Amino acid sequence: MMKGPGFLLPLAGFMLLVAILAVGFRLEDPHLLPSQMLDRPLPAFSLPRLSDSSKVWSEKDVYGKVRLLNVWATWCPSCVHEHPELMRISQEEDISVLGINYNDDNAKALAWLKYYGDPFDLNISDHDGQLAIDLGVYGAPETFLVDARGIIRYRHVGVLDQQVWTDVLAPIVAELNQLDREG
Amino acid sequence: MLVIRCMIIFLVMSGPACYAAIDAYAFPNGELRVRYYDLIEQLRCPQCLNTNLAGSDAMIAQDLRREVHRMILEGQTDAEILDFMHHRYGDFVLYKPRFNSSTWILWLAPAFVFVLAIGGCLIMVRRMQNTVGGSLSDLERDRLEQLLKDET
Repeated sequence: MMKGPGFLLPLAGFMLLVAILAVGFRLEDPHLLPSQMLDRPLPAFSLPRLSDSSKVWSEKDVYGKVRLLNVWATWCPSCVHEHPELMRISQEEDISVLGINYNDDNAKALAWLKYYGDPFDLNISDHDGQLAIDLGVYGAPETFLVDARGIIRYRHVGVLDQQVWTDVLAPIVAELNQLDREG
Repeated sequence: MLVIRCMIIFLVMSGPACYAAIDAYAFPNGELRVRYYDLIEQLRCPQCLNTNLAGSDAMIAQDLRREVHRMILEGQTDAEILDFMHHRYGDFVLYKPRFNSSTWILWLAPAFVFVLAIGGCLIMVRRMQNTVGGSLSDLERDRLEQLLKDET
């Protein structure tokens, strides 16, 4: 009845829909939220150190060095999984590793570090998850790279293993260290 | 097999995180309580794929409900609270996403499809009218008239 290519329109529409859905479902892990915090300064905070709660740390104490900020907790099984890599980074790589102990119990966290080893130059005790919320964190582990001026340059959600370090983090750290040396 | 395994993993993992939440937050008046429940209804839990703050028991949802409660008591407006969440968790956290460069397609697609559908209908109707009115040749029309005459 209909002449010309018009009768192909519904088919074309259907194919378009299939294509959009295929891309939409494959594009990325829907659990990974885009980070809102990239290229923003560290949020202001004032939190006690894990090892000595009388000493308070703020975002200004983080400035001055390229830092790897690792959000971890004793209730987080993946944190045990990524721990050896953090130990290796703290010993072998040219970067300061800070911990944010997230929604955790201080005594448990200290015991955990004693048992598994302590890769952190320093741990901040974020007992109520306040800093984590300001960082846009929604689980653990998460890892941030912060430059010497305190600007957040990268965020990794999930386990940090050797491959993530080599393929993703190491080049960024090298670049940030370079920028830091140039002043 | 894989599908079943995935489903089991999904069910096991999503179970504990997605029960309804019961917090005992106190409010000085009913109006603030209504605003609280309204806000946690329209904010999505960042960890769950499709559960709002009201319906999730994930740790982050508990923390964010506490933040909403705190901000309401501090006298912040709904807009300020939604801004706070959007600043940290992006478009994902709002069930009603804002209009911007990455969400415009969500907002405009329905109107676009509607216009397309109406246009398509109009074209089809016009074609049908043309078919009825003008596609018989003179010979065919004579024959049709003949047939109709024979009937009666």
